[in-house]
Amino acid sequence: MRHEVLFSGFGGQGVILSAVILGRAAALYGNKYAVQTQVYGPEARGGASMSADVIDDEPILYPKVTSPDIYVIMSQQGFDKYGSDVPDDALMLVDSELVLSRPECTCIEIPATTEAKENLGRVIVANIVMLGALVAATGVVSEDAIERAVLDSVPKGTEDLNLRALHRGFELGRKK
Amino acid sequence: MQGNRACCEGALAAGCNFFGGYPITPSTEIAELMALKLPKTGGTFIQMEDELASMGSIIGASWTGARAMTATSGPGFSLMMENIGYAVMTETPCVVVNIQRGGPSTGQPTMSAQGDMMQCRFGSHGDMATIAVVPSTVQEMYELTAKAFNLADRFRVPTFVMSDETIGHMREKIVIPEKIDIVPRKPLEEGKLPFEADEDGVPGFAQFGSGHRVHVTGLTHDERGYPDTTDPDVHEKLVKRLYNKVESKRHEIADYDAVNTDAETVFITYGPCARTVRQVLHDHPNEEIGHLNLRIVWPFPEDTMKLFPNAKTFIVPELNLGQMVREVARHTTGEKVVSMPKIGGHIHTPDELYRAVEAEK
Repeated sequence: MRHEVLFSGFGGQGVILSAVILGRAAALYGNKYAVQTQVYGPEARGGASMSADVIDDEPILYPKVTSPDIYVIMSQQGFDKYGSDVPDDALMLVDSELVLSRPECTCIEIPATTEAKENLGRVIVANIVMLGALVAATGVVSEDAIERAVLDSVPKGTEDLNLRALHRGFELGRKK
Repeated sequence: MQGNRACCEGALAAGCNFFGGYPITPSTEIAELMALKLPKTGGTFIQMEDELASMGSIIGASWTGARAMTATSGPGFSLMMENIGYAVMTETPCVVVNIQRGGPSTGQPTMSAQGDMMQCRFGSHGDMATIAVVPSTVQEMYELTAKAFNLADRFRVPTFVMSDETIGHMREKIVIPEKIDIVPRKPLEEGKLPFEADEDGVPGFAQFGSGHRVHVTGLTHDERGYPDTTDPDVHEKLVKRLYNKVESKRHEIADYDAVNTDAETVFITYGPCARTVRQVLHDHPNEEIGHLNLRIVWPFPEDTMKLFPNAKTFIVPELNLGQMVREVARHTTGEKVVSMPKIGGHIHTPDELYRAVEAEK
């Protein structure tokens, strides 16, 4: 089955890395095919950023997303651009304190940035909290696969912090 | 693996041991990775002061026997044009990667385009023939970059990897081949002059430091390499040889996929547009839609169009206002040619292309 996952936020939140990690989990540890793409501007931080994964059991022909079934939105600007007109049967995860709007479709509210800043000590891992919640809520890849992909992708010395963020994300995603 | 990384890995597998470049979005990852990897394998990475110098550095490195590469995007590619012509005239093997972005000028640094397809063929002044490979997957980025080195060495001509932001920045799973065939350039035989061609039109290579007396110049030169700029016969013989050594082999080196060859409506693609067409064929399996995807676009292998004997219409989607479509149209024998240009940075959607098929019914 073809899944299309769209991540949006502002540059610096790790929106592109989130999609890279999810794609890696699917392609290398989930026995699936995955293509990761992105749209970003020339700004290093602060600009609108979008990235996406296509995940499928079959080789992926068309590499871009056309109608995502899963959205992960981490900024109001990202919602306005990509989240305001989603199909009813899609699922959206929002960073509940950075995104004020809510979609028509099923929406899971994850206070990822607050969680990262206040309970984990580093705001930088908000994207990993979201990733954990996404995997727990959708099962698009296994928790084991995403854990291995996170460990592959984060800098040495931050493994523990990122795993804690991921596991906190699992909890938040399961609750909903 | 990211497309740009696959480009590096393919180059290294093919024995690339020199990179001179000036980073530019969306090709920057290639320079970054070459800077990390080349020194560890005994190679050389130099960040040059600009793209003119980058091109000069790989030409110089090539004459010392190196498998040399640079990578850039549109604005840098324009700056390389002068020395690309010099590489053609001096028969210097080298690989130039262009991860195309929206132009003209600085245009859209982070968006995809295929606006430089004519520039890699006609961008430098004078008559010339060059070779251009175009990947449509990350796997092909690896394989075609490696292949570009062999083509450059075989024909002693600049060979272009004409990719784009979509494939360069895309990540997907690839299978790294166990072995990449490396076919080195042939050395100059004893008793031959440095620019005296063999039967294939390509002279043996008189590498610097290998004991030959060799003079390398962009001026029209004789077989010794000495300038002879007023004799029409010398010029005609030289430039026709440089042109024909590549163009006469265009069908032999053609690299393509031809699918549903009985079809009446046929897509001709290169690069990421092939992905969209494959999706259309997958979604409409009962309809006869043909697909010719070219992995080498220059020299243009027009005979591949004859693989579709029932073709009534050729549809050419490309990320520009219609460039290779002119080459297609030039070689038709009565078939209709439909140009499907798209600019702005996104590739065609399957729906857009299927509507074009329906319009031909």
